Amino acid sequence: MMVPLDPAGKPTSQRRIAEGDTVVVYERHDAMRAVAVRAGGVLQNRFGVFRHDDWLGRPFGSKVYSSAAGGGGRGGGKAGGGFVHLLAPTPELWTLVLSHRTQILYIADISLVVSYLELVPGCVVLESGTGSGSLTTSLARSVAPHGRVHTFDFHEQRAASAREDFERNGLSSLITVNVRDIQGEGFPEEHRGAADAVFLDLPQPWLAIPSVSLMLKQDGVLCSFSPCIEQVQRACEAMRSCFTDIRTFEILLRTYEVRDGALNNATVNEDATVGPRPQKRKKNTSSGENLDCIQKTSVLVRPASTAKGHTGYLTFARLRV
Amino acid sequence: MDAPPPQPPSPAITREAWDGCSVLLDINDGDRLAFFRLTPAATVKIGNKTFSLQPLVGRPFGSLFRVGADGLVPCTAADASSLRDDNTRDGADGQVQDETRDNRSLVDNNTAQNLSSDDIEAMKRDGATGDEIVEALIANSTTFGKKTAFSQEKYKLKKQKKYAPKVLLRRPTARRFMRFDTLSLLLSMANVGPYSDVLVVDMVGGLVAGAVAERLGGTGYVCSTYLGKAPSSIDIIRLYNLSGDMTSRIVQAPLSELQNFGNTPSVPNDSSQGGVTEPIVVSAEDTQLTLAGQGDTSVSDEKPKLSTEQPIDMEVSEPLLEEHVQDETSSLDSKGNDGSSITSKSVKHGKAPSPEKMTYWKEHGFSRFLNPGFVNTRQVLPSRSHPHMQMNAFGGYILSGTRIHNADAVIANK
Repeated sequence: MMVPLDPAGKPTSQRRIAEGDTVVVYERHDAMRAVAVRAGGVLQNRFGVFRHDDWLGRPFGSKVYSSAAGGGGRGGGKAGGGFVHLLAPTPELWTLVLSHRTQILYIADISLVVSYLELVPGCVVLESGTGSGSLTTSLARSVAPHGRVHTFDFHEQRAASAREDFERNGLSSLITVNVRDIQGEGFPEEHRGAADAVFLDLPQPWLAIPSVSLMLKQDGVLCSFSPCIEQVQRACEAMRSCFTDIRTFEILLRTYEVRDGALNNATVNEDATVGPRPQKRKKNTSSGENLDCIQKTSVLVRPASTAKGHTGYLTFARLRV
Repeated sequence: MDAPPPQPPSPAITREAWDGCSVLLDINDGDRLAFFRLTPAATVKIGNKTFSLQPLVGRPFGSLFRVGADGLVPCTAADASSLRDDNTRDGADGQVQDETRDNRSLVDNNTAQNLSSDDIEAMKRDGATGDEIVEALIANSTTFGKKTAFSQEKYKLKKQKKYAPKVLLRRPTARRFMRFDTLSLLLSMANVGPYSDVLVVDMVGGLVAGAVAERLGGTGYVCSTYLGKAPSSIDIIRLYNLSGDMTSRIVQAPLSELQNFGNTPSVPNDSSQGGVTEPIVVSAEDTQLTLAGQGDTSVSDEKPKLSTEQPIDMEVSEPLLEEHVQDETSSLDSKGNDGSSITSKSVKHGKAPSPEKMTYWKEHGFSRFLNPGFVNTRQVLPSRSHPHMQMNAFGGYILSGTRIHNADAVIANK
């Protein structure tokens, strides 16, 4: 259950892993995957063989060990020493593990969209297209428990896959997935004047904008995501007739690499010459122990050498009152 | 703790300003942004005149007002179209590609305008409207016709702001208060959603606590914790139009008290460490709600004070409150009563975290450390699209981690 629908489902509950749950298996910081837990199920990775049965009844966040060495041999090692962590899925983790059927939106864009659309519990939001459902999941969390996300994609198979994902993550009561060509047909009449916010990720968003202006409540907010500035330009032109406060943003994140390391050269303290060697000597002087602990390793941080330089432009606009 | 079920769906957002509500006024398209409370006595000062805010009551958020003879009056559709974002449209549409004019014949010697300030004063005395004055200024400018369409629009807008100011009625929402990209990331990465119990260390006047309460929508709890005896102020909460349901979900408790419940694993002696905390469930018993009364009018002061005469770029003026962000950390965490923790997310924001904090996180959870590199606003116009000159270049650091289950406790249980 990714988004709680009642107090019992709150993230701070003591719920244990049960059959049918989706868990995010954390292998390494750059290797995570979503796994549906089932009796008799087996997960095999480079760290070994993991039996789902061993996971049942454990709290989320548990560290579990492999029952046999992994196929690759590396890391798994002797007598199943490999381990993984089992995390409770959140919309943020889901974005990192979902299967990419399309290009997806990532955390920085997603969080900006949710805030700028001013979504709060109870809101109704329209989205097109659904794509891989990365943003949809976060939209659902922001409007839960009584709000609603109506998402539309013209690709039938993709819509079906997204629907299955939402079902598996317990989001069905918050999200309806529909097959519809929004650029061609606009949003359905039934949502006229009922949407607090609309999100568009379409190749030709300007075609859908007249329909959006009918769907939104007064002062409602529209967001259009486009990778190319030419798309943004045409969308902005279409917005000017009914919308105000048109703003285009680009948001980029800088991530940092954090690791333990020693700054050998920089230190003036000879005691700090790293490694296990000096430890014996240290034991003699108990007063030095504290110092040793601090000096032995440092946390090194530096900006990651590669980063996303562009995802897309986010254009926001409010329906003119 | 079981939260009572939330009220059946009423409209999630009230879309008209009501008597006594908090509003954000956007004066002259972002030149000045100020919070007000719509009390009968509330006024706004524009230029050298003071206007009552009563005409705003009952009007939909998003409404535009102009200065009329008897105070603020709603703009008609015609008024509005002469001003808003689309004002660059006529000038910019199509023509731009064929624009042959440039600034070769403009000489900056202050002789272009034939109207003197006395003439303008005389017009005002005769009851000319702001728009009429702007028209007169254009008619008496010898250089106006030589300007490019784009720069003509800029000229018109500048004069309109001075002689015919417009006031836009805005709903105060969380994103209006601080660097919204940073705030958005904090809320996302902390997995703030319905029924969450969120612990917040908020040293920015309750800004983060209020934003969390808005996201909780009257479910779960947000506990603003603090060091020492005096609760940190959460006065800003009054500026969010939170419903009674939502404010009832905000509590305050000192960190020392929270830590006394249950056995806690050793933490680095870092005062702002929010990683070890007890469920809000417990703390709710003996916390006092220090929220001031809803009807308090003292908030009608203009919070972010900007000069009226000096136009300031939107991107500079919007995140005003961020200046007060000094060492603000927000975190969410939880622990079971038996001292074994379950997964939950914790997010911190502010100055670069200390190595101790980093180490702690490496040992107790998985972390991601990032900062919103930049948010760039763009001007998008046909043939004139480019990034704005001013951008938010730094949004602070955000350290986020997922708390893992305490390994020792697992072994002990076996």
